[in-house]
Amino acid sequence: MRILDAILIVIAGWLALGLAGIAVLRQTSLVARVLFPAGAVLGVALAGLALAALFSAPQTTVLALGLPDLPFHLRLDGLSAFFLLVIGATTVGISVFAAGYFRVGEGTPPGLLCLEYHLFLASMAMVVLADDAYAFMVMWETMALSSFFLVTTNHRVPAIREAGFLYLLIAHVGAIAILLCFGVLQANTGDYTFANMRAQSLPPLWASVAFLLATAGFGAKAGIVPLHVWLPEAHPAAPSPVSALMSAVMLKTAIYGVLRVGFDLLGAQQWWWGVMLLAIGLVSALYGVVFSAVQTDMKRLLAYSSIENIGLLFIGIGLGVLFNSYGMTALSALALTATLYHVIGHALFKSLLFLATGSVLHATGERSLGKLGGLMRHMPWVAWLSLVGVLASSGLPPFSGFVSEWLLLQSFLFTTGLPDSFLNMLIPVVAAGIALVAALAGYTMVKFFGVVFLGQPREPRLAHAHPASPLERAGLVWLGAGTLLLGLFPVPVIIAIDRVTQLLVGSGIADTVRAHGWLLLSPSTPERASYGPLVFLVVVSLAVLLAVALVRKLYHGRIRRAPPWDCGYPAQTARMQDTAEGFGQPIRQIFEPVFHMRRELPSPFDAKPSYRVTIEDHFWHWLYLPVAQLTERIGRLVGRLQQGRIAIYLLYSFVTLIVLLLVVTA
Amino acid sequence: MSIGGILAQLLAIALALALAPLLTGWVNQWRAWLQNRRAPSLLQPYRVLHKLFNKESVVADTASPLFRIAPYIMFGCMALACGIAPTLSTDLPLAPAADAIALVGLFALARVFISLAAIDIGTAFGTLGARREMLVGFLAEPALLMVLFSASLITQSTSLAKIVETLTHQPFAIHPSLAVAGVAFTMVSLAENARVPVDNPTTHLELTMIHEALILEYSGRHLALVEWAASLKLFAYSCIGLALFVPWGIAEAGTPFAIVLAIPVLVAKLAVGGVLLALIETINAKKRLFLVPEFLTTAFLLAVLALLVHVLLGA
Amino acid sequence: MSLLLAQSINLFAVVLLVLAFAMIAQRRILTLIHLFTLQGVALVAATLVVAHLTGQHHLYYSAAVTFALKVVLIPILLHRVIIRLNVRWDVETLFNIPTTMLLGIVLVIFAFNLAGPIARLSTSIAHGTLGIALACVLLSFLMMIVRAKAVPQVIGFLSMENGLFFAATAATSGMPMIVELGIAFDVLVGILILGVFMFQIREQFDSLDIRHLEKLKED
Repeated sequence: MRILDAILIVIAGWLALGLAGIAVLRQTSLVARVLFPAGAVLGVALAGLALAALFSAPQTTVLALGLPDLPFHLRLDGLSAFFLLVIGATTVGISVFAAGYFRVGEGTPPGLLCLEYHLFLASMAMVVLADDAYAFMVMWETMALSSFFLVTTNHRVPAIREAGFLYLLIAHVGAIAILLCFGVLQANTGDYTFANMRAQSLPPLWASVAFLLATAGFGAKAGIVPLHVWLPEAHPAAPSPVSALMSAVMLKTAIYGVLRVGFDLLGAQQWWWGVMLLAIGLVSALYGVVFSAVQTDMKRLLAYSSIENIGLLFIGIGLGVLFNSYGMTALSALALTATLYHVIGHALFKSLLFLATGSVLHATGERSLGKLGGLMRHMPWVAWLSLVGVLASSGLPPFSGFVSEWLLLQSFLFTTGLPDSFLNMLIPVVAAGIALVAALAGYTMVKFFGVVFLGQPREPRLAHAHPASPLERAGLVWLGAGTLLLGLFPVPVIIAIDRVTQLLVGSGIADTVRAHGWLLLSPSTPERASYGPLVFLVVVSLAVLLAVALVRKLYHGRIRRAPPWDCGYPAQTARMQDTAEGFGQPIRQIFEPVFHMRRELPSPFDAKPSYRVTIEDHFWHWLYLPVAQLTERIGRLVGRLQQGRIAIYLLYSFVTLIVLLLVVTA
Repeated sequence: MSIGGILAQLLAIALALALAPLLTGWVNQWRAWLQNRRAPSLLQPYRVLHKLFNKESVVADTASPLFRIAPYIMFGCMALACGIAPTLSTDLPLAPAADAIALVGLFALARVFISLAAIDIGTAFGTLGARREMLVGFLAEPALLMVLFSASLITQSTSLAKIVETLTHQPFAIHPSLAVAGVAFTMVSLAENARVPVDNPTTHLELTMIHEALILEYSGRHLALVEWAASLKLFAYSCIGLALFVPWGIAEAGTPFAIVLAIPVLVAKLAVGGVLLALIETINAKKRLFLVPEFLTTAFLLAVLALLVHVLLGA
Repeated sequence: MSLLLAQSINLFAVVLLVLAFAMIAQRRILTLIHLFTLQGVALVAATLVVAHLTGQHHLYYSAAVTFALKVVLIPILLHRVIIRLNVRWDVETLFNIPTTMLLGIVLVIFAFNLAGPIARLSTSIAHGTLGIALACVLLSFLMMIVRAKAVPQVIGFLSMENGLFFAATAATSGMPMIVELGIAFDVLVGILILGVFMFQIREQFDSLDIRHLEKLKED
């Protein structure tokens, strides 16, 4: 049996699980204890198969589904295998967690949720397998719809419905752009298979049009600025496993789309595409991280952090395009390796963090950072595993985020020979931007972890927070372990990624990386640059252990517990700790022009003084509200046609018919 | 990796651990002299460490294990930083494990842990210190990275040992980009080591303190480790600065006598650097906290300017 | 040795640039004057080096004129002005300082790119510095735009002249002596006129804030 067939069986298995969920619509325990774990097992199978597929030749098949004479063409090559690997590996953790997470009474009945969830998984897997525009679009739309229903699980809350509709709207605007892009790519041949699109060589103008459409379309799904507004609304609205799935996996299908169209379907690239992606990426990354730092809702904070990470991925792709357009394939491969590494790294640590917020939400019923705190004592598993995710997300060594950041910065540093002086000057500026983004991400993550898990509980009822269930813990452990392994053993991962870059730009860094053994990561020569995460960890741990041992040996180890020092002011309460607003205050001040801020300050005479600050996106006022007003105005104009009498409507049809006949005869 | 290399590596770390408090004492002494005060003894930091290690550690009731482990992690990070910064020799077996970018990451790791530990207690002071420390960090970290990048672009390497080797081997040349980077590096070092004009290491005034607010809850051996780690950080920064801007006198592979010679050279360079630091701290006033981001933005943009100058002049 | 000297021209150029940046970041007028003086010193040093390397004697004279004018005379004049007007307080800016500096970086990239093709035509020893000189001019211009008080604007104007002078020295080995002398006197006369002007503004509005000049507009 071929690998592709086995993968299709796994996908069919997911669909079967979903249908089984319909059969046992309201039996929560059956759905949670049997169907979701079974989905996780299928996820393991998918990851294993994808790994095998990564190291074997491309396979194709034709499924006689859908419309007559319009079958689904499927193809499994290195790029799709890599993204299947990401989907499979991440899904395992999320599904196991979901088994312990979903309870009775969360809006949608559990069986239906199970169907939507597994349909979502299956459609994402099929998107990366699709080999013609028809199959791609059908699966893309299935993905959008199933995720829409998942987002609106708690559909009785109006705010959640609004968030869902906003998501659906932007997803469809994006889908139209993608559809148009495929229309340009097939170059009037009428053949919408990807094989045909690869064979076409478009004139530069049309190639650029196709690329711009693809960037806009996939960018809407990925959440690049200014198409990002749905992300911070939809992620908090959805149940945590769904937010995790959307942020960790679904956003990556958009990255897959950009790579597929930009490198595979479009042959020759132009340098300014790379510059455009760099600019989009840098703006998104900075915008995302700055907004993330001032959020007071933990899931919104993570959603903005996803925008930042998507920005970093776009920067990587942009650099890859730039180098590739000048024929520097080795450097292009380096940049793309960094990008793909970040794809899998972000998938793991971001789902870990989203799931952790889910556990916190269930334990406390509170999403606002200002009312949490001190949860490390009540839920140590969740806290320590989140710490892994937080450190990886901050791009700190020896965790996974640092590896991709390191590779990305290396690809900037090796840039000296671009034939254009402007580009050569652009490169250091973008590198500085990345460094700033990474450092700000550290700020944000310290705020997130510190406010949620450390300190003293800000509300009395947090003392009753219960630890996460064993299944939830198992899911978190899977993702945490994956994050740790990704950080410590970059070489095998890069060897796997090499298969993808070979496919995309015909070059890779695996040979040079392999030459230095699996301890040391070095993209060219160790003299130029090298990084050994395991040695790093071992030395730091050794130093820590030695210090502990020596201190214990040479001095006494006495400890006295006492109340914390109250600065001579005994009336302190836990509410006097820095809140999320307080922690974000320096960022609010430094980046003030970026925010649309409204502040209500109490006056000295208020009986009940209150302080409130709301922070909004400028883009709402600059882009979305004007568009909405314009739409309304046009709608009102069109509304004049409405007269309420059937005769008039018939007259419209009649006139149209006459005009059309005239046009046809003329 | 050779026996000589391993010995040189161990010697470098041991020397850093031993000399770091001395450097702090030296700077304190000069600061006192320059400010017309009677100076504490040069060995005062050792006495303080000894005293603190002997005292019992008072830990807040509300502290989690993270609070107790953070000083050790900070200490381990700084020890590794001193191990990979070329102090005596460029033949360092640890150097390939962490290049300049990883070094910046190492400092960031230590900062994140100590900030989290400060939040952990849950008092107003701890969180205030953590917030301010992260504020300094998020601007200083990219600036330091850009400074190191300008050296990397000149030498085509991000390995600190290799940077030093290349700079000493090539015929003496003036690198204007390094000059700009040097200014930026000085500013960053002042901020990162909690020095005037960004922070005052001797203040306990809540309006202004950053680093001291962060470690307010520590006592006994934990405080000793934090203080020692802070000394190590100053030592590591000084050595990085010396390696980038005054790289001569550092031994290379296979020259055991050069290492012996490198020790007095290093001590002499550090002594001069310490006096300069004391001088800077004396003639500057501490900035208001709101002006600190401005100061660090200047450093960051100067570092970017250094990279641009490098691209323009090609040197 | 002469190679090192040639490299030192680049160094002085960068010093000029960094000082121009420092002026943008500086709030205090007194420090601004000090920075301007330092810029003069760097300019004199660069001119001396170019004179030595190219053996053009008139550059020595212009270095001497620059020294007398920009390191001694004008700073003294400015000092007296700010003492007489009592304007040592902090400078107000239109944008906050980090934003201004970010604009400065953009200007530097622009200047460097603009000067690239021109510099390649030049055969002078320090043609790479043309971009830096241009950047200095633009940065000083930026400083004049964002400052709200009259004295910093005058300093910005003088600093811009520094940049122009440096461009002339480094890229084309100096202008004819008579032109340079002319410019030097122009600057001197300019500063005197501006000084008188500042006293007039002060008398008229009781402040040196040039936003008051907006009131002079006829409706």
